[in-house]
Amino acid sequence: MNPEKPQATKKNGLAIFWEEFSRSNFLIIFLAIVTGIILGGVLVAATTTEVYAAFKVSFWAGLKSAFVTAGNTYVALLTGAIGSPEKIKLAFQSGDALAIRRAINPFFESLVQTTPYVFAGLAVALGFRVGLFNIGAEGQIFMGAITGVWAGYAIHGLPPIIHIPVALLFGALGGAIWGFVPGFLKTKTGAHEVITTIMMNYIAFRLSDWLLKGPMADPNEYTPKTPWILESAQLPQLFGSPIRFHIGFFVALLMVVLVYIFLFKTTWGFQLRMVGSNMNAARYAGVKVASSTIIAMVLSGALAGLAGANEVLGVNHRLIPAFSSGYGFDSIALALLGKSHPVGVLLSALLFGFLRNGARSMQLSVGVPIDIVSILQALILAFIAAPAIIRTIYRLKQPKHTEDIVSLQSWKG
Amino acid sequence: MTTLSKPAATPVSKGIRNLERRRRIIMGVIFLAASLFTYFDFSLNLKPGAITRFIMTPGGSSTISPDWVFPASPYLNVIAAVLGLLGAFQIVRGFGKRTYGILALVAVLFIFGFLTWATAGGQTNLAGLLRVMVVRAVPLTLGALSGILCERSGVVNIGIECMMLTAAFVSTVFASLSHNLWIGMLSGVLAGGFMGVIHAILSIKYKINQIISGTVINIFATGITSYLSSKFLQKVNYQFLNEPGLFPQIQVPGLSKIPFIGPILFHHNIYVFAMIFFVLLLTFLLYKTRWGLRLRSVGEHPKAADTLGINVFRTRYMAVILGGMMAGFAGTYFSLGSSGRFDEVMTAGRGFIGLAAMIFGNWNPVGAMGAGLLFGFFDSLSVKASLLQVPLPSEFLGMVPYLATIIVLAGVVGHGQMPAADGEPYEKE
Repeated sequence: MNPEKPQATKKNGLAIFWEEFSRSNFLIIFLAIVTGIILGGVLVAATTTEVYAAFKVSFWAGLKSAFVTAGNTYVALLTGAIGSPEKIKLAFQSGDALAIRRAINPFFESLVQTTPYVFAGLAVALGFRVGLFNIGAEGQIFMGAITGVWAGYAIHGLPPIIHIPVALLFGALGGAIWGFVPGFLKTKTGAHEVITTIMMNYIAFRLSDWLLKGPMADPNEYTPKTPWILESAQLPQLFGSPIRFHIGFFVALLMVVLVYIFLFKTTWGFQLRMVGSNMNAARYAGVKVASSTIIAMVLSGALAGLAGANEVLGVNHRLIPAFSSGYGFDSIALALLGKSHPVGVLLSALLFGFLRNGARSMQLSVGVPIDIVSILQALILAFIAAPAIIRTIYRLKQPKHTEDIVSLQSWKG
Repeated sequence: MTTLSKPAATPVSKGIRNLERRRRIIMGVIFLAASLFTYFDFSLNLKPGAITRFIMTPGGSSTISPDWVFPASPYLNVIAAVLGLLGAFQIVRGFGKRTYGILALVAVLFIFGFLTWATAGGQTNLAGLLRVMVVRAVPLTLGALSGILCERSGVVNIGIECMMLTAAFVSTVFASLSHNLWIGMLSGVLAGGFMGVIHAILSIKYKINQIISGTVINIFATGITSYLSSKFLQKVNYQFLNEPGLFPQIQVPGLSKIPFIGPILFHHNIYVFAMIFFVLLLTFLLYKTRWGLRLRSVGEHPKAADTLGINVFRTRYMAVILGGMMAGFAGTYFSLGSSGRFDEVMTAGRGFIGLAAMIFGNWNPVGAMGAGLLFGFFDSLSVKASLLQVPLPSEFLGMVPYLATIIVLAGVVGHGQMPAADGEPYEKE
């Protein structure tokens, strides 16, 4: 099974590479994603009646039907996420600009879907780096959307070059306030941020319900909605209709760079990470743990707030009830998948964004509910969080050092 | 906090005494604030001679009680006076161990004062309000009991929501297929227990952070139930899977004929009685049996428990699985006790309010039921907010449970007795 083991002294380069690779995180992540996708396929096949009908005919027919079903589902998901190659080819041959835009729209729509994930994932990842579990991204997204949309429709007479940054800043501010409260409570009273952020989520939902019905409601609408934001506050879209791709994606990329620089190239970031890896050592070294916690929660909230502002300023252009469903929990998953590293978060946000967008058209074309994406996310997350499961399935070697995907501050704070 | 844990005796007790004094005074100030609020904002804010009319018979009840009609202002003044006396006593002497009971009394009086004020000049169906309160408290209290079982053994469970949701789904399907509600209930309980097994394996065996493990099962359960629901239960030709039926209302003979209280407490389906039963049972088990002592010791100091020969891992597995079953039972309430069908994400965050009720109730079954009733009351009131005489957005009433939990967690009123080893994986050495 392992031929190079007896003669360990004569390892060639490839064997050494494989040895290292099988111990590395990348293989685990890759296998976690593959395993999740395989199990998702099994689920799709197991919930399709045609497969059972085929199994009644013969075992092989059933097996074939199961593979075809799962395969079709994933092909539909892929074409939904990046567009169908034939359509793109035909569109470019025809030279019709609208046809081309339609054909490449799925790809850009996936990027649109990715953008809030990047912001929210960065928010959670930043918290993890400081040992904080920010479950409140969802509420912070809501608050960011509320303040962002308010700045978008209520502030008049600004040119876009000023109005857009102002509206985005308002969004960040809204999220930051919602992040500040749990951070402050944690340092002053020891109230654990997991519980307080969950509670803050629900307070944000109720608050937005009230605002949308009352103070911020569009008087011309019967259902609770805010007015449309002014054109000067809209994040510019780069292509014509139907492509909704807007510059928010580049703002998100900028944030990836900024968070990277902040965490790994500045003294502040170093202190924050120090608090995250060993709070007592950090305190002993003179780092102010309390203010680090508050700063981290404020920045985390601000990033999540940007996710909300980005959605209302770039995509919806107004705020409707329950506009963000599930970004909060998803962002925890993708921060973990990205190992709390800004680049990792970007990659996993791309994965989740393409998955979710692809699943939407998959639901229409092959009738597999979009919720399959949540199942995939949960499976992948479980395997990432418990690498021992993957190691057992694929008989991988144990890592040299103990792995801890996040080192969180103790529950008691 | 570090100074507190040092062995030097005198400064410690002095520090603790100071802390206790500060809490006592804060609590007293809150009582006084309630008193002043009742007087200035409620009593003085009324038209002279305003009459409050409480209807004492819930809609559709056969036990009729006469309406309760009284002048609002004098009643409010009495309430304000009682609250003021309680506050003064609390500041000067303190109620000691009875503080929580007095706090509950203050809350009830204050809410009653609020209702009196908000109803003055009109009428409110008080009995209906309280009856709905009891019903709404059921999933919250049962969810909180699930949390208590897990956390008393040292495992944080933020997956109560998903255990409920899974159980609601499974019980719907099995009750529909078997045309038997009890089989549905049993299957739901087992499904909740199964989610508990997953949570236990992930967090105890693989030692994943318990919050992450809870997040995993939350996302998974939401995904799989929504997936299966939109694939089958919401489709026309699979409707036979989504017709579980409802547990009937039971009138307890004799007791349900008591005026006012009877229809509120003793005319419900089985879940209300089960809630009361489980609260009493769990209180007895936790505090009066060897089993409960062991469970709590594992949650407080697993190493000491291990040294004494208690199997920490087995105890935690058992507690988390039982907690899952309890949450599963709570989940079947949604499908078999309330709506008679399954809808996507029908638990709508109740699991998280259950978590809040657990904290608010100080990790104690009776306290959890008190918190469940309080939160249930605000839930019930927010539905009827538009019927009151004062404009009060129902959304703000809906916020109360969450705000109250944050206040309790922040230690403004008293200090929660969280199990000491809560959330920490145990490593055997």
